[in-house]
Amino acid sequence: MACVIAVFPVLWIVSTSFKPYEDVFDTEIQLIPETVTWENYEHVLTKKDGMFLRWMANSAWVALLTTLVCLFLSTTAAYALSRYKFYGRNVAFYALLVTQMFPGTLLLIPLYRLMNQLGLLDNHLGLVLAYATVAVPFCVMMLKGYFDTIPYELEEAAFVDGLGPIGSFWRIVLPLSLPGLAVTGFFTFITAWNEFLIALTFLSAEEKYTLPIGLQQFVNQYVSDYHYMAAGAVIVTLPALVVFFLAQKWLVSGLTVGGVKG
Amino acid sequence: MFLTPVALVMALLVFFPLVQGIAFSFTDMNQYNMGNAFSEPSYQFVGLENYRNVWADLVAADSTLRPILVQTAIWTFVNVFFHFTIGLGLALLLNRPIRGRTVYRLLLLVPWAVPSFISALAWRWMFNGSYGFFNLVLTELGLPPINWLGDPFWAMVAVIMTNVWLGVPFMMVTLLGGLQSIPRSLYEAAEIDGAGRWKQFWHITLPMLKPVATVATLLGIIWTFNMFNVIYLVTQGGPVQATEILVTFAYREAFQNWNFGMASTYGVIILSILLVLSAVYLRAMKAERVEGVMD
Repeated sequence: MACVIAVFPVLWIVSTSFKPYEDVFDTEIQLIPETVTWENYEHVLTKKDGMFLRWMANSAWVALLTTLVCLFLSTTAAYALSRYKFYGRNVAFYALLVTQMFPGTLLLIPLYRLMNQLGLLDNHLGLVLAYATVAVPFCVMMLKGYFDTIPYELEEAAFVDGLGPIGSFWRIVLPLSLPGLAVTGFFTFITAWNEFLIALTFLSAEEKYTLPIGLQQFVNQYVSDYHYMAAGAVIVTLPALVVFFLAQKWLVSGLTVGGVKG
Repeated sequence: MFLTPVALVMALLVFFPLVQGIAFSFTDMNQYNMGNAFSEPSYQFVGLENYRNVWADLVAADSTLRPILVQTAIWTFVNVFFHFTIGLGLALLLNRPIRGRTVYRLLLLVPWAVPSFISALAWRWMFNGSYGFFNLVLTELGLPPINWLGDPFWAMVAVIMTNVWLGVPFMMVTLLGGLQSIPRSLYEAAEIDGAGRWKQFWHITLPMLKPVATVATLLGIIWTFNMFNVIYLVTQGGPVQATEILVTFAYREAFQNWNFGMASTYGVIILSILLVLSAVYLRAMKAERVEGVMD
């Protein structure tokens, strides 16, 4: 029963995406469409000179770049937090938890102002920076948990064999924490791929839109075009869904090991 | 030691905006005086002016803020309550050896995997007055349709339903992780001592689950309190602010009224509420070692 509830809204969207216009506004409940059509998908993908594909490329580019930036920042930071005792380490821990309490709005205004001054509004680089800001704290928390499970003795052995700190980080700790890195990467990618609020605020030129904002246009501009919206939603969701299910095993263990080890 | 600079960079990236955000709450900054690539900023320090305004609104007879505070409290409490109870129920079910457990788990994770703005749009469509799924079912059953998004009460029910659906998988997964880390031997010992299922649940499962549950619900409270997408996409805070919560209210103040100073003030208030709330909550749960959260 719970499974049905969990899956139903998604099935409803998928089903709507295959319905011809008349059937979308039918007052009969039909989960399996009477007539199946690909027309909605065709429309979405070709409408406005393929603007949708453009948005999709934007999203992919932004998400990929964010993932790289975030992985670099959070692995190094998490490693430092996990291995070195320095002044203010505890403060840094608590600070990470507090960042989860940031109301998006409080963060958004300084970021908006900063991007405005740097001339990075309506620029994908600005978006990447903002996303990294949001994703890094959570990633550091998860990765630190992972690094903590790697015995320090391994590294000591490496030091004896003449590896420096950077060498041992690169050759020993990183390979051993690949599952953790994968999870963090997936997490960041999906966060950036799905992000709505920041993109809505920072982007105003239509050709710069990411998918979430672009998709929302379908609903706002043409209030009744739910069949197109549904087709678009399926296209947006598929990559995220695939990535998610590939990563879910690691994601679950990553969360329990890293974020919330009791 | 050589890696601390990177940690510092991160701290700057995250904390610099926060400190700025707090600083802005003492200014009259808006879209026109904030400064950009072409002009110098010209906003002014106004001291506690913004905070005084918030207070004045709070105690005024026709306060806009008071109902929103109440709505935020209802929203957070009801959501987290259902997240926890449903999540725990499902986790308990999944923790037992049943056939097709993996399939069930995957299906139950679907709401988490779908981008939340898409889920929000899907639910909005299901709440549609004339063609939405819920009203179609109600009519089919011979019941009067509900004006989901037009009626203050039902609009609240609608956004809460959506958000419960969204949040349960996370709670389920973390609690399941917690359940699986409880040693089986404890239950075996309890069985020998003749403790029934209910007693085992009450005296072993719940206490052993407490550390994980405390953190998961705390994160749940924070995320729900700050949830923007669901409200903004399903009801836009309407009808007439009946589903507006502090976060959406502050966003409107910033990016529709362009009152950055005032919006920052709301941001600071939100942050303070959450800080106090989590401190009280952690104390109440007697989780002295917050260390365990990140250790």
